[in-house]
Amino acid sequence: MLIKQLSLFVENKPGSLYPICKVLQDNDLSIRTLSLADTQQFGILRLLIKEWEKAKEVLEAAGFIVKVTDVVALPVVDHPGGLAELLKVIDKYQLSVEYMYAFTFGHDETAVMVFRFDDPANALEIFKKENIEAIEAFNLFK
Amino acid sequence: MSEFVIPNKIYQPEWECMERSELESLQLKRLKDAVKRASVLDFYKKKFAELKIDSDSINSLDDLKKLPFTTKADLREYYPFGFFAVPRSELARIHASSGTTGKPTFVGYTKKDLDTWSTLCARFLVAGGLTSDQIAQVSFGYGLFTGGFGLHYGIEKVGAAIIPASSGNTQKQIMLLQDAKVDTVICTPSYALNIAEVIKEKGLKKSDLAWKFAHFGGEQWTEEMRERIEDALGIKAFNNYGLSEIIGPGVSGECAARRGMHIQEDHFIVECVNPETLEPVGEGEEGELVITALTKEACPIIRYRTRDLARLYYDKCPCGRTTRRMSRVKGRSDDMLIIRGVNVFPSQVEEALLKVSGIAPHYLIELYRPNNLDNAIVKVEMLPETFSDKMDELQKLKNRIDREISAITGLHFEIQLVPPNSLERTAGKAKHVADYRNLKIE
Repeated sequence: MLIKQLSLFVENKPGSLYPICKVLQDNDLSIRTLSLADTQQFGILRLLIKEWEKAKEVLEAAGFIVKVTDVVALPVVDHPGGLAELLKVIDKYQLSVEYMYAFTFGHDETAVMVFRFDDPANALEIFKKENIEAIEAFNLFK
Repeated sequence: MSEFVIPNKIYQPEWECMERSELESLQLKRLKDAVKRASVLDFYKKKFAELKIDSDSINSLDDLKKLPFTTKADLREYYPFGFFAVPRSELARIHASSGTTGKPTFVGYTKKDLDTWSTLCARFLVAGGLTSDQIAQVSFGYGLFTGGFGLHYGIEKVGAAIIPASSGNTQKQIMLLQDAKVDTVICTPSYALNIAEVIKEKGLKKSDLAWKFAHFGGEQWTEEMRERIEDALGIKAFNNYGLSEIIGPGVSGECAARRGMHIQEDHFIVECVNPETLEPVGEGEEGELVITALTKEACPIIRYRTRDLARLYYDKCPCGRTTRRMSRVKGRSDDMLIIRGVNVFPSQVEEALLKVSGIAPHYLIELYRPNNLDNAIVKVEMLPETFSDKMDELQKLKNRIDREISAITGLHFEIQLVPPNSLERTAGKAKHVADYRNLKIE
């Protein structure tokens, strides 16, 4: 299953992340994880939030530009070669990765790798075929 | 102390020092001819008919007031060749100036117009020290812009040798200056300051160069800048004025006394008016310059509103020229910007942005002058329609904005994407220009 990710445009200058987090705080919304891609002048903040629809609404109301993107969250076992297993599949099917980021949560022995593919639905199918189950939103935000 | 900063020379005393009465009857005769030539153009035909005037209505220079104004918008409306009064076969050159939007304004020249233009440039070049035994470097861009070619043929007229260096590549410019022992340089004043800076960085002294004279045009500058440039480079710098709608450089220029720029009144009548009421202002009062070209064949132009703000002086100049003089241009009565010598209208940037996104986002043009060179930034507010979660898409967006703006203005701006609603709006209206170049106008 695909996970909804929120992407926000931010300027690369001191204090530009705070107002975003403040809006989420005021609305009692919790960030599961985030990733920041930046250039010297601006950046893209990517957020995984359980109640993403509400988060989008309140952030947009506060004047931010928010884009919803489908991403695929895959489990990575925490031992040598864990990530290589996934990348082997990506290589085999020549899937194009726009960007990816990792995080861990809970006390599990696995990390989570979030992938932004060109064609997320197709990628999901392929991993299924290769017996790699994507993490469900239900589990990601539990 | 002499009242001249260099020897006082006059290229064509028979024209430049005419008795006022003689000059004025020449102007009247030429004005009637100019009106006749203009009458073949649809624009003037219509205007003259509305006002019920023709060349016979002009019986004194005072009758100039009866004639209609011409604006940039008029020129644009008749794009491309609606202001051309001669058949194509008689055209010898076409230049262009930037329009307020994507389309430029074309200006045409007959062979005779080109000769007149070269002569007018030769006059101010000679007044500012150029002699036939010199080497002169033209560091204006050669192209549609009238500066490069205008000065080039003016120098040729005087008989000096030309190095057509064109603009850019300061290191190479300095190498040419040094190795060819250049006497005279044509460029913008800010570029001269930049050269001075680089020369200093390289550890060169002013005595390493033969450079003696500079002729500046194309942008606003100040007396303070002149002092800095002359001091840093050991040269004498002279100001000249012109605009392509009228002819290009050569409308006026400084003499050795440097008490303002002598208007070449045998070819132009320059009025100074209040930009609001369009009524003439008094001698020495600031107003908008309105220029009538008396001799132009290809593109007659009557009472053109230049939008340049300056003052006129009628008193006698010690140099012997009898012509009226104008002050430096102190500003504009519209929102045109001059960036690195190039005329830019905010509306051009807006049009480029519209092309990129389909809707015009809020934007702000910021101008700085670090190291004496204009740094131009366009801040563009991000739109939901153009935002992407992919970095390369945003980089591509920046590149597209850069390409579109440079296609229209001919200039590269540094493009900065900024969050929505981050640019200042005053009373709901967006502010489009923030000029921090700190040009102190005396």
